[in-house]
Amino acid sequence: MRKYTYRTLVLELVMIAVGLLFMIPLYVLVNQSLKAPSDLTDPLAIVTRPTLQNYADAWSQAGLAHALLTSALITVVSVVVLVVISAMAAYPLARSTKRWSTVAFYVFMIGLLLPFQLALIPLYSTMRDLGLLGSPLSLMIFYSGHLAPFSIFLYAGFLRAQPAEYEEAAAVDGCGPVGTFWRIVFPLLRPVTGTVVILNVLNIWNDFFTPLLYLSGSGNATVPVVLYSFVGEFVSHWNLVFAGLVITIAPILLVYFLMQRTIIKGFASGLKG
Amino acid sequence: MATVTLSREDRSVSPPNGRARTAGRRRPLRAAPFYFIIPAAAFYAFVVLWPSIQGVGFAFTDWNGLSPEKHFVGIQQFVKAFQDDAALAALGHSIELAVGITVVQNLIGLLLALGVNTRIKSRNILRVFLFAPVVITPVAAAFIWQYLFTPTGTINELLQRIGLGGLQQNWLGDPRLALFSISIIVVWEYAGYSMVIFLAGLQGVPEESIEASLVDGAGPFRRFWYVIRPELAPAITINLMLSVIASLKLFDQVQVTTGGGPGHATETLSTLIYKNVFQFNQFGYGIALAVLLTICVGIISVLQYRGLNRSERVSKRRTDS
Repeated sequence: MRKYTYRTLVLELVMIAVGLLFMIPLYVLVNQSLKAPSDLTDPLAIVTRPTLQNYADAWSQAGLAHALLTSALITVVSVVVLVVISAMAAYPLARSTKRWSTVAFYVFMIGLLLPFQLALIPLYSTMRDLGLLGSPLSLMIFYSGHLAPFSIFLYAGFLRAQPAEYEEAAAVDGCGPVGTFWRIVFPLLRPVTGTVVILNVLNIWNDFFTPLLYLSGSGNATVPVVLYSFVGEFVSHWNLVFAGLVITIAPILLVYFLMQRTIIKGFASGLKG
Repeated sequence: MATVTLSREDRSVSPPNGRARTAGRRRPLRAAPFYFIIPAAAFYAFVVLWPSIQGVGFAFTDWNGLSPEKHFVGIQQFVKAFQDDAALAALGHSIELAVGITVVQNLIGLLLALGVNTRIKSRNILRVFLFAPVVITPVAAAFIWQYLFTPTGTINELLQRIGLGGLQQNWLGDPRLALFSISIIVVWEYAGYSMVIFLAGLQGVPEESIEASLVDGAGPFRRFWYVIRPELAPAITINLMLSVIASLKLFDQVQVTTGGGPGHATETLSTLIYKNVFQFNQFGYGIALAVLLTICVGIISVLQYRGLNRSERVSKRRTDS
């Protein structure tokens, strides 16, 4: 094991300086959000008379409460659907040795290559024809299909590395396929379900483009879209805008700091483009 | 480690691990019926497959997206794309962004990973903070930077303070600088992501090799090149693939900070597609551009996937011998 030398100390200080440099944008964000609009001190000067007025104003004027609820609803429903349908699909895709299973797996994997712009526009007109534009349902359907290939990829990869003995034992004991799946396979998949949930939650919560198309102006917009129009309206009221940004970033950062080990591991293991 | 594991699983895709064993069993596995894929297949077909096929079809029409009328126009939209100065400029910007972001983001990510992967005491907390921008909503991050970049904003203020007031710029308002400024935002957001993938790769470098190279008196650069770099090959490929593809498709950061302006200085393929479809009602043309973007991304993905397999084979051969 290498020792902690004076060179390590120099490196330590350099790295901490770099870390602080990376945090400047977030420092400015929080700092400015606590300053009254009349406080014209420069953005780096730490706030002397902190106020929460910006937060109260942003909360009521941007309609963030409704947006946070909509975002949460869309994220939760989509992720639950994704977990169920992807785990189910991965089961035969990982276990069956038939030819259709290999073919089906590759058909799903094509979805990882296709940029969403291609399908986006025809799907937009389909949703319009079905009268789903402006409804959170359109986004739940979108994410459930759009993120399925990636979730199946993670589930199938994990399941292949697991022995099939338990499932076989269950089958021998007379457990049907549905029972085997729910009682044996799905619990077995728990570690990778964590990764699937984390990556999909972040993807859906942070997505801007799709809700901008499907929900903007509907009164059902998600957080990034509401933020977008809010900033457009109050473009020079940065203190107000920053309070709004803090409110919307806070839930994610909170979850991140609580679960950073799992989240970082999930990102390192999940190829996401 | 995790990334390496993943790509290994990925390669075992065609012959699933259990196949040889199950084939030799006395009693074939009865479970795992095909109908389990139906729900996922239905969503996937409705959201991805069918609209993509439709999309390719629409690219050969003059449909405006609203009227019931559309006419087959052959490859006219594609010809138009190659003659359209706006499209060529957007393609140029997308490539500039992709190259610039990929190089800088991975260089910084690698340096951060090498710095964090040492004996320093702050390594865990640094890793957490350096990765934090990755999880922040890109739209929110873009707004923060839009403020930092304003002429009276924090960046110029900082430059003033450290005596570099002469370097103050109108970062997003100057057509020559705007693209560069946008790439700074993206690098800030995702350098931590590259770092984490490099860190996973660095776990595979045996401590003994490092110590052996120290005993042999190899300097940091020789040590990196001959001992560490070969083990990092898969991580490098994955990182390059992720950043090239993501920056070619870049939309949020551009739309929020400049909307493609000033003028058309930061128009990318994604913002141009958006404008054609949703502002100019050029549905057919917009989707022809989307098809071209798909082809670009597809070619790069395939090239890099092959590169990934090759670099893995090389590193495997090294460990085998």
